[in-house]
Amino acid sequence: MPKSLVKSGAEIDGYILGECVHAGGMATLWTVTHPGIDVPLLMKVPRASEGEDPAAIVSFEMEMMILPRLAGPHVPHCYGTGDFARQAYAVIERIPGTTLYKRLPDLPLPYDEARLLVAKIAAALADLHRQNVIHHDIKPSSIMFRESGDAVLIDYGLSHHNHLPDLLQAEFRLPYGTAPYMAPERLLGVRDDPRSDLFSLGVLLYFFTTGERPFGEGETLRAMRRRLWRDPHPPRSLRADYPPWLQEVVLRCLEIEPVRRYPTATQLAFDLAHPNQVRLTMRSERMKRDSWSVAWRRRFNQDVKQPRVQPDVAEQIASSPILAVALDTEEGAAELNEALRVTTERILATLPSARLACVNVLKLNRIAIDKTLDEQGSNKHIDRLVALRHWATPLKLDESRLSVHVLEAVDPAAALLEFAEVNQVDHVIIGARQSSFRRTLLGSVSAKVAAEAACTVTVVRPPRMAAAKPGAGVVWG
Amino acid sequence: MLLAVFSDIHGNRQAFEACLKVARAKGAERFVLLGDFVGYGADPEWVVETAMDLVAQGAVAVRGNHDEAVNSTTESMNNEAQIAIEWTRGRLDAAQRRFLAELPMLVEDSDRLFVHAEASSPKRWHYVRTTADAAKSLIATPSHVTFCGHIHRPALYSMSVTAKMTSFVPKTDVPVQLLRGRQWLAVLGAVGQPRDGDPSASFVLFDTVSCQITYCRVPYDIASAANKIRENGLPPWLADRLSQGR
Repeated sequence: MPKSLVKSGAEIDGYILGECVHAGGMATLWTVTHPGIDVPLLMKVPRASEGEDPAAIVSFEMEMMILPRLAGPHVPHCYGTGDFARQAYAVIERIPGTTLYKRLPDLPLPYDEARLLVAKIAAALADLHRQNVIHHDIKPSSIMFRESGDAVLIDYGLSHHNHLPDLLQAEFRLPYGTAPYMAPERLLGVRDDPRSDLFSLGVLLYFFTTGERPFGEGETLRAMRRRLWRDPHPPRSLRADYPPWLQEVVLRCLEIEPVRRYPTATQLAFDLAHPNQVRLTMRSERMKRDSWSVAWRRRFNQDVKQPRVQPDVAEQIASSPILAVALDTEEGAAELNEALRVTTERILATLPSARLACVNVLKLNRIAIDKTLDEQGSNKHIDRLVALRHWATPLKLDESRLSVHVLEAVDPAAALLEFAEVNQVDHVIIGARQSSFRRTLLGSVSAKVAAEAACTVTVVRPPRMAAAKPGAGVVWG
Repeated sequence: MLLAVFSDIHGNRQAFEACLKVARAKGAERFVLLGDFVGYGADPEWVVETAMDLVAQGAVAVRGNHDEAVNSTTESMNNEAQIAIEWTRGRLDAAQRRFLAELPMLVEDSDRLFVHAEASSPKRWHYVRTTADAAKSLIATPSHVTFCGHIHRPALYSMSVTAKMTSFVPKTDVPVQLLRGRQWLAVLGAVGQPRDGDPSASFVLFDTVSCQITYCRVPYDIASAANKIRENGLPPWLADRLSQGR
């Protein structure tokens, strides 16, 4: 089909073209309608005629392979594709509203607004990475929001799918993407590390909270390569009121070595959801960049870097889960808590990048108004946080991998389930109530959590004591 | 139409039977056999007989180097392969040997090409080890998809219109759309003697309408296949390697 047929009123495979709403360097976007589909649709048509950049074709091929495989609220739903044999196109749902690019005049945003915004994008990235896709072009114009508040990631022309051939692997002599947001390893040709997206998101968070791009806008290879050895100005040196926890998060995303960044987008989202639990390191204290001597040493020691282990997207995510252990700090639960610690220790031993959330539910009285202070006047909430930390001490976890949470709720099971859902917990470890009397009276929290959680749940009991069987006498002989 | 493509069966009845069963269960409508029916394994008669039946029912089959070696003494092979081929020669009857001798070197079917080793010089039995090897094969044919085997390790290569190559190790059971607008070389793993570290039998499903290729792995009774190799006095390594997948 000649390209000229892509115009208003034309029909392609049952789709009627409306108006052209965007004409970019790589593709044009058209509103389309289809008699069988009653949601607003967009047709993306690559610029693929003679003399066009072959990159446009290859990135469109990539997008055609990836889009139909994606699912969930964080991606545009794909309704159909057509290949280059006739007329290449992809029809996707039209997400109302604008991209985050429209917010650029408002920068810098208030810290808390930026925190919530980026937490949503991190949750969307986590969902994408779970589908074995690395986006590779995270920037404001690739991000939209649904009315529900969910972030939607668009434009998969530079993406990598771990289960599909990477058509872009040999296509370009230079790394292809958006220079200010590109992770340093991309400049070395690495395309299979999901943490490259966390770097880009770190650039976005830096930009949105300071109003400045951490690596400038340089498009030349020379300008881009500088990020392989030169660290950005710490945000606190740009804004005096910049929260140390936020600098910790931003600079961790912007680490040159992927292994020093957050292991997963879910773990980044977790820190953004719990700023007071962010473990502050030297990163949070920095007021200026590394000295020139440190930077130059980095620059001229690039060759001695350790050979990189090929990560597998799914494996890497699976080895960096969020575990939540539900602990009862009262009712003489020492034996059970010990059993929980043993189980938790064993699980953590196999997962060096896992992080652990210790959770306790402060049960509120359904009728009476609860007092935060108990009879002795001490703060129950703080007492329990202390008890949780005390429980976790023997695990000897690095502080950045541990957090403690006291949830106040009438229904402990519902509170735990909500915590697991909101924080994208991968594995809940919970003790079974021992006293059958209490269980009958109160219902089993662990049974409800195990039955209703969306993730894996391990129910722990203390080591079995020899049961005294009713009526069984001692046999002599 | 759903094609089931098998390569390098190598006289392994247990593996071939298991693959045929899975392919039929998945709705395969047509079978393609990429050669090396014999050699290494201890059931050459059954495998060749089954292949002859399938071809009589419309299957496509091409010749492999081991099939050629049954009828020619000039084919150079390593010691163990040579012992196995000489043993095989004595097991096959005249009709079975004729079937192998008359197999075509390659078959072109619509915009697909089937060949045992690669398409640039099929009789020289070159292995496709690198993207450069794959490029050589792809340049030699206008076909959209070339299917080959020979190396016993699955791989999927593509070449763009500007002759840029991509290489990929396919994931089991994940369909990949072989986009038009570029050429593809699908290298199959072996049914009867996998060498990619996974001992399960390997074959491919290809949907000619959607152009989706799916690499499948099938567990089979390795112990029986290996025992039969030992019982027949063939080199023991040919039995041992089956459980190691190398």
